[in-house]
Amino acid sequence: MTPGSPPAEAAPPEAAGTRRAAALRVRAGRFPWPLVVPALIGLAFLVLPFAGLLVRAPWASLGTRLLLPEVRGALWLSLTTATAATAVSVLLGVPLAWLLARTAFPGRRLVRALVTVPMVIPPVVGGVALLLALGRRGLVGGYLDAWFGVSLPFTPAAVVLAQVFVAMPFLVISVEGALRGADRRYEEAAATLGASRAVVFWRVTLPMVAPGVAAGAVLAWARALGEFGATITFAGNFPGRTQTMPLAVYLAMQESPESAIVLSLVLLAVSLGVLVALRDRWTGAL
Amino acid sequence: MSAGLDARLVVDRGEFRLDAALRARPGEVVALLGPNGAGKSTALRALAGLESLTGGHVRLDGRDVTTAPPERRPVGMVFQDYLLFDHLSALDNVAFGPRCAGAGRAEARAAAARLLERVGLAAFARARPRALSGGQAQRVALARALAVRPRLLLLDEPLAALDVHTRAGVRAELRRHLADLDCATVLVTHDPLDAMVLADRITVVEAGRVVQEGAPGDVAQHPRTGYVARLVGLNLYRGTAHGTRVEVAGAGAEVALPEPRAGEVFVAFPPRAVALYRERPDGSPRNLWRLRTEGVERFGDQVRVHLDGPLPLRADITPAALAELRLDTGTPVWAAVKAAEVRCYPA
Amino acid sequence: MLVAAALAALAGCAPVDGGGAGGADSPGRTLTVFAAASLTGTFEELGERFERDHPGTEVEFGFAGSSQLAAQINEGAPADVFASADARTMDSVAEAGNTAGEPVVFVRNTLEIAVPRGNPAGITGLADLADPGVAVALCAEEVPCGAAAAQALDAAGVRVTPVSLEEDVKAALTKVELGEVDAALVYRTDVLAGDAVEGIPFDEAAGAANDYPIAVLAEAPHPGLARDWVDWVCSADAQRVFRDAGFTAR
Repeated sequence: MTPGSPPAEAAPPEAAGTRRAAALRVRAGRFPWPLVVPALIGLAFLVLPFAGLLVRAPWASLGTRLLLPEVRGALWLSLTTATAATAVSVLLGVPLAWLLARTAFPGRRLVRALVTVPMVIPPVVGGVALLLALGRRGLVGGYLDAWFGVSLPFTPAAVVLAQVFVAMPFLVISVEGALRGADRRYEEAAATLGASRAVVFWRVTLPMVAPGVAAGAVLAWARALGEFGATITFAGNFPGRTQTMPLAVYLAMQESPESAIVLSLVLLAVSLGVLVALRDRWTGAL
Repeated sequence: MSAGLDARLVVDRGEFRLDAALRARPGEVVALLGPNGAGKSTALRALAGLESLTGGHVRLDGRDVTTAPPERRPVGMVFQDYLLFDHLSALDNVAFGPRCAGAGRAEARAAAARLLERVGLAAFARARPRALSGGQAQRVALARALAVRPRLLLLDEPLAALDVHTRAGVRAELRRHLADLDCATVLVTHDPLDAMVLADRITVVEAGRVVQEGAPGDVAQHPRTGYVARLVGLNLYRGTAHGTRVEVAGAGAEVALPEPRAGEVFVAFPPRAVALYRERPDGSPRNLWRLRTEGVERFGDQVRVHLDGPLPLRADITPAALAELRLDTGTPVWAAVKAAEVRCYPA
Repeated sequence: MLVAAALAALAGCAPVDGGGAGGADSPGRTLTVFAAASLTGTFEELGERFERDHPGTEVEFGFAGSSQLAAQINEGAPADVFASADARTMDSVAEAGNTAGEPVVFVRNTLEIAVPRGNPAGITGLADLADPGVAVALCAEEVPCGAAAAQALDAAGVRVTPVSLEEDVKAALTKVELGEVDAALVYRTDVLAGDAVEGIPFDEAAGAANDYPIAVLAEAPHPGLARDWVDWVCSADAQRVFRDAGFTAR
């Protein structure tokens, strides 16, 4: 009863009636405070920095900044490279996840650990590692340069590669989990119906793990979109060619925090918009 | 070259070994009957190619498919919980096999539609498996398995996933469909009723071995193991016949026969042929044993009394008789069976 | 609640550490110096000698990009001294009223062309960087070394199309060390500190040198000690250390 409510004796008869009915209703269990309180603290922790950005944002100049060609260029580059990186991650990551989940080979545990390495090492180190491997004088890059005249660093392709490096592990882990959780007897059923292993994979396994692939792809896309360290190290920073939004944000930070905030908000708004739109399309998939 | 299925299945997993010979003529339905863990499902998976053999062979219409992968065997399988693909409609589930065999989409769907029609589910072609009842799902699974035009149809516990109320109807329906088929059919079940109704022949498997084979009526009449005897509701003993008396192996008891026999025999009599007495009955029937009550349970409208002693047996009596006898665990009783009720057949 | 308790404990520690902050040379104090990353080697050396001359005092450094440090100071980071790699960044701190007194320039850093060892592209001067076949990395104009580079290139009338505008001088240097670019404009001090790189001085560098200002901060917990540090950095002894590292003394 709220402090201001009238005492029970003074309640009109119909109110007393509803109160009696209420007394007969099965009481819900105690409110789950032990779960709700940490949940709300966790949510606040995630949302508060975002609120900080919103409060400090120079709203008046938001529109004009959005129209700046450098900003549009960086945004477009970010969206296209993150999408390309996600596509590459799916193309390579799903078979890799399948290999990890469905086959037994010596050293599989080691391979799985290796797959997660990019999640653990600082992205800048990842960028240096990419340079050492695929750079002009890198392990493989040296041959690419010598034989085909292909030099990857400082190109949009390098941006995509850096993003794939950091994003693909998220996809592999998500899909591997889905594959392990999938009921393999459906694959057996398909085999008894005459499906070759390839057909089983395409028409039975993949549809079964589609939610896992979708979730992994969204994680990978988000990770690729926010990627900074490996990109700036491996692909460098050049507006229109390799300067993605996070790089633009970082450099804007050097001059004026306000413009960095605006750019961050643009990136956040666009990525949230895309994720929400996708989520609506794949309801239940995530 | 023999038509139909000719197989000897040996699967050795160390602690468990399956070694069973199986045959089924085209159009014949063979039931693999056995307790859980007997190796029935392993046998079925081996026939489908989902399990490798350590020995033996699988021949279908004379063609050796022992080492062929599942997708290269002319085998259709209906799984216990049907395993319909949730992301495909009922029609596309059935069309899956023909598509794999190289049929075009339209052609496969037309074939699938004919099969769904045949199992009475034409109206559900576009339904998702989730929206189907258990019996409908089973018929879609059957249509899907038949769509590959199998030479061997395998059914794994086809009725186990259904509730008791729908089971009888689905069983009758399945029997009708199986009767129309021209391919060999092997079905696995642990339910004797399914086996009796659906199969032309029953193969009983226990602990990886075939222990009995025959027509359903023959198996029901002449069980050869305790497991089968319990399933068909008989007290079964093995012994040596001397004229009209059988000396039961491993027990200090004899069973009297209506007519003389010789050699190793089985003797069987139904629990309802047993009469129980607290006092030794007058007139002294030829089969009379002094036994001890082990337990009492309800059995339909009868009461089943488990008795132990020189000849352990089960007796079915009326609740009224139970009340009169005042049986309790450990209560000693006299059990009598008329010789005319005792069946005897060679071991 | 746990968090609150932990914060209270931290807060409780602070006065114990800084309790004796009144006297100029009372022992057991920590001087916090925020300095541009390019000062790392020299400041650490100077810090050891400062600790020897001020028994009981500990010098703690925060090395990072000047702009990052400036942002931290303007958001209230508890530092005593700030040494920036360019005047512009120091100005942003001074304008926010966060310096105590005028910043003083204590050292200057000139640009050099850094090339991979052996100089594979055969660079001899600034004009060579305009060659489209030469891969050049510059610092982004938002950071001090980039602003200086742009100034130098303007003064020389050389138009360069870099492959990358690096986020700081170390990143530019790394690209040279790994041979990913044929040349980069970096500070002389970085060339001396780098591995596998060679420096090529150029005339126009003098006009685009970076002045490094230093200032005691308005909210300094130990203002006396902070002033001592600024004096020490400007002393002849300290200037020798800077010269050895490649800086141009005041």
